Amino acid sequence: MDIVINLLVSVMAASTPLLLAATGELVVEKVAVLNLGVEGMMLMGAIAGFAVAHETGSLPLALLAAIFAGMALSLLFAFLTLTLQANQTATGLALTIFGRGFSALVGAGYVGISAPTLPHIHIPVLSDIPVLGQILFSYDPLIYLALALLAFVAWFLSKTHAGLIMRAIGDQHDAAHVLGYKVIRIRYLAVLFGGAMAGLAGAYMSLAYTPLWAQDMIAGRGWVALALVTFAAWRPFWLLIGAWLFGAMMYLSLYVQGLGVPVPSAFLSAVPYIGTVVVLVLISRDSRRIRLHRPAMLGRAFQAGN
Amino acid sequence: MFSLQPRGYVSQFWSWGSPILALLLTAAIAGAIFAFMGRPPLLTVYTFLISPLFAPEGLANLAIKAAPLILMGVGLSLAYKANVWNIGTEGQFTLGAIFGGGAALALPDATSWAVFPAVLIAGITGGMLYALIVAWLRTAFNANEILTSLMLAYIAQYLLIYLVTGPWRDPMGFGYPQTAMFSDTADGPRVIEATNLHFGIIAAPVIAILAWWILGKTSFGFQLRVLGQAPRAARFAGFSENRLVWLSMAISGGLAGLAGVFEVTGTQGQLTTTISPGYGFTAIIVAFLGRLNPAGIIPAGLLLALTYLGGDAAQINLGMSNAITGIFQGILLFCLLGADVLILYRIKWRKSAGARA
Repeated sequence: MDIVINLLVSVMAASTPLLLAATGELVVEKVAVLNLGVEGMMLMGAIAGFAVAHETGSLPLALLAAIFAGMALSLLFAFLTLTLQANQTATGLALTIFGRGFSALVGAGYVGISAPTLPHIHIPVLSDIPVLGQILFSYDPLIYLALALLAFVAWFLSKTHAGLIMRAIGDQHDAAHVLGYKVIRIRYLAVLFGGAMAGLAGAYMSLAYTPLWAQDMIAGRGWVALALVTFAAWRPFWLLIGAWLFGAMMYLSLYVQGLGVPVPSAFLSAVPYIGTVVVLVLISRDSRRIRLHRPAMLGRAFQAGN
Repeated sequence: MFSLQPRGYVSQFWSWGSPILALLLTAAIAGAIFAFMGRPPLLTVYTFLISPLFAPEGLANLAIKAAPLILMGVGLSLAYKANVWNIGTEGQFTLGAIFGGGAALALPDATSWAVFPAVLIAGITGGMLYALIVAWLRTAFNANEILTSLMLAYIAQYLLIYLVTGPWRDPMGFGYPQTAMFSDTADGPRVIEATNLHFGIIAAPVIAILAWWILGKTSFGFQLRVLGQAPRAARFAGFSENRLVWLSMAISGGLAGLAGVFEVTGTQGQLTTTISPGYGFTAIIVAFLGRLNPAGIIPAGLLLALTYLGGDAAQINLGMSNAITGIFQGILLFCLLGADVLILYRIKWRKSAGARA
């Protein structure tokens, strides 16, 4: 029983950075912008959060710094792609290359030291319920925040007027523009939200999950988050299922290595990446389903006519 | 504020002026960052970008670092022209090194002249097959090649780790994660005796020029360009998109494999867990900086090779982290993508918002 509980709790933790980053990217892609720089923004968030936590000892400040770092990089992305009409694919890759280099440079002095980590909450009574208390009421605050933000995004996109406008911009930006909606401004806001979420996801890695700073510690999770959005076919509920699925793969590959099974650890480490490819293939086979849910203008530039 | 006015044509001046503007901007921004870090900006930029060229064997080191970047940049420029986003060249490079290295390890005592060509062909095959997985997943299952090629790059790294820590580990290597050294025959001949100037430094520009010719003068090159610029027109003309996906992945993967096998036989002489300082990702910048034009890839590859030497020089001479290589590369790509706006648009500066008519 304890093993099962530990497993569930660990999978929740492993899925949280994926969920945070993918929720942000979902919003970005809903307005038809494709930001491939999630990995870079997560690295920036991870080092910013870790460095500020170490220097000030304040976790709220650290999380703010991580959000700010992710947003700063996403603002650069927005300026290049939305204002200067640069290619989104290339700019996203630039974000990742820059984020890797910058975080490695800033982080060189933070390798192998510790910082305060996110505490697990303890709710009187609830957290003490056997089993259920551990599975539902024993996490650090960011796990609950991630779930709440996903619910909020799902509600916002489907039930509010602003959400409707966002979806309209994603599917028909010219029409939305003619109706008087500020396509570029709304896309800027969505991209900034995606950056904030990626920054937070990075901070979760360095302040709760790992928790320490190591070069390239995001290890492809930003790319997995991107795959997750495709997996979910841009639907928030499926994002949650996908995050748990990918989180489980990531955790199990570590867990099984710890058991000392006679399988080379490099193979087990590769499992989450192989799994991501397999899932992508299974999902993409049905191109009709993808086309049905995919924001029609995804990755296309918009420019208001003069 | 400013607004963009479409030129209505493609500015030839700016399509070649933009990389130069980007380089100048990058040097300025890097200098500002260095100043912010409390370093003398001019000296640091000089150490990073100029001093490596005058160091002993500076040019030889430059050529060795540029060779893989040019080989991969050429392959990527063909693929990107066709809108095939292979970003997993790092993985294809690794598989080239594994296949080529495996062939070299399998023939420790052979002395025939045919050994080295066989090793090279093995490397090309490894990179190509690995890239063709991506082509297969895209054409048969519609899977996004950006994500699959990148995931395969991570998987390739773990495969390499498995091999050099497991079955291929050198029994005489004191437990280090490395294979035995390759034989001199398998390492291939040198352009200049007793240096590590391998023949990749000749192959890279030759292949770039060949690719420039193929892209500009053959029907295959024409199809690639049409597919990239006007996919609908390509479909009406009866060009098979799937065939071009297969071909461009095969070429970019094969060249990445060739880069990988040249690197491990030419400069390292064995397989380790760290055979590439991110060449595969840097090659993406090379492709864009070279305007997706194989002729432009050569100077672009040399410049990006310089950023690696610059990182080492800054580490040795100024005690800085060589991570500034990555920062410089990232800023360069940002500046380039930003400056490219001038190719299609004129920038029109406006006074304050109140002055608008």
